[in-house]
Amino acid sequence: MDWLTPLEVEALGLSLRVAVASVVGSLPFGLAAAWLLARRSFPGKSLVDGIIHLPLVVPPVVVGYVLLVALGRRGPVGSWLYDNFGISIAFTWKGAAVAAAVMAFPLMVRAMRLSLEAVDRRLEAAARTLGAGRARVFVTITLPLMAPGILAGTVLAFARALGEFGATITFVSNIPGETRTLPIALYTLTQTPDGEAAAARLAIISVLLALAAIVASEWIARRMARRLEGGA
Amino acid sequence: MIEVDVRRKLGKFSLQASFTSPPGGITALFGRSGAGKTSLINLLAGLDRPDEGRIVVDGVVLFDSEAGIDMPPEKRRLGYVFQEGRLFPHMSVRHNLAYGMKGDGSGADFDQIVELLDIGILLDRGPRDLSGGEKKRVAIGRALLASPRLLLMDEPLAALDMGRKAEILPYIERLRDELAMPIVYVSHAMEEIVRLADTLVIMSDGKVAAVGPVEELMSRLDLRPLTGRYEAGAVLTVTVEGHDVKHAVTRLAFEGMTLLVPHADIPVGEELRIRIRARDVSLALTAPDDISILNIFPGRVVEISDRKDGQMDVIVDVGVKIWARVTRLAVNRLALEPGKEVHALVKAVAIDRQSLGRSIKPR
Repeated sequence: MDWLTPLEVEALGLSLRVAVASVVGSLPFGLAAAWLLARRSFPGKSLVDGIIHLPLVVPPVVVGYVLLVALGRRGPVGSWLYDNFGISIAFTWKGAAVAAAVMAFPLMVRAMRLSLEAVDRRLEAAARTLGAGRARVFVTITLPLMAPGILAGTVLAFARALGEFGATITFVSNIPGETRTLPIALYTLTQTPDGEAAAARLAIISVLLALAAIVASEWIARRMARRLEGGA
Repeated sequence: MIEVDVRRKLGKFSLQASFTSPPGGITALFGRSGAGKTSLINLLAGLDRPDEGRIVVDGVVLFDSEAGIDMPPEKRRLGYVFQEGRLFPHMSVRHNLAYGMKGDGSGADFDQIVELLDIGILLDRGPRDLSGGEKKRVAIGRALLASPRLLLMDEPLAALDMGRKAEILPYIERLRDELAMPIVYVSHAMEEIVRLADTLVIMSDGKVAAVGPVEELMSRLDLRPLTGRYEAGAVLTVTVEGHDVKHAVTRLAFEGMTLLVPHADIPVGEELRIRIRARDVSLALTAPDDISILNIFPGRVVEISDRKDGQMDVIVDVGVKIWARVTRLAVNRLALEPGKEVHALVKAVAIDRQSLGRSIKPR
């Protein structure tokens, strides 16, 4: 990694760690939310739908502020976590992952929900007449058929998490090596005299990273489509 | 043995079905589209729930609203062959077939079913690469391999052209004959039912209009508006008695009588279901002896009814009921009325290969 400066390696590594953690951590919740919205009807469903989509429309700073109030060391959730498990997430990279996950959640849920709604329920009914219980039907029929949507949701959420700025800097601040992700490092450099050249390099790295993610997801999507088309 | 007594409201449509069918063989659910046939087998399979009622198959209670029993579909062990096949698009034919198989290897034999349905060469293909008839056979195989106690078939031939229908029918007969698989067969095509079924359930407007052996229901004039465009005629079950090779005729026995038909290459002793179209039957008051017609059965008129077109349907009991269609003029000239003794004349060549169904049971 001779062609990257130590500062760039640090920001890049941190950004990847935060993005992967946020996507992996929110995946099961995203699936559950998609399933709830696509398959269930319950009172207050549109309210739940609205709350899930809130991060799309509210200023990121507001999301960061709410997280800080709730998850900070003295917040209701934060103090409970600290008292019972000794976990503190405010001003740590874990906090950055939480902020990224919350901001990316609506994108993830949206893609998964659309693909789940497109799954032919008659195929699930057929599987049940063949002796498969609900859980087996979900794993062997529903999940594989909605796989392209899961992939799309994951890639979208990953890209969103990589670019997260407002909620992150509000919730976990700008701590070098802990919460200074690529966009925050870039922002910091633009505020520094003579930082233009370094900022430009970080911008190029961000673009390359995003491109790589898109190319990789396209490749996986094509392989999936081939499998779904029923090839052997 | 299937006992059904269910009620289900679906919007404006209300299904109210009650029937019992004897064990084994093929029970046909017949009715026009919208009569509630598919709704009814969805209730049987557990894919929909009756508002109230009871469903019992072979003594196993699948649903009983009073006792609070509602077995989930995966526990019912009813194989369902859907009209659209519903093969899993992301699995090969082999994996589709194996989906319902028991993990411990008990139950239906994979190789046997694959051979019975001639789908060995399709195993590594995907559902997309199959023709309509092939898809249908794979769907049948998949349902059979789940070792069902009963097979539900929803219009298995409806989406197929004539050639594909002829391709699938023999396989359904093999299920019945070689596997002795009891089947509930939904169809709106009377040709298929007469050929395959033992018991007929006629449905109309969500209700069961009649239940009974196919032969019996087909000779009932009152059901004719329901049995529809199918060409009217008596359905008989006969046994191949022998062949007269010199004269190229085959003798079929029923109720102590013999029916002569053009030579058919069917082993002696085989049981067949045949159809005598009403328009191929003539009536005479005395038995003519200088006539080319070979089949003359003495009997008694049981029922006469007017048709819309001015012709008349006459049911004659000759040991079994035979259906004749004659003009009003003929009825008046012979002074036909219920109880009158007549002779039913059936031209041998009128019973062609098409009206000779396949074997009912192998001997």
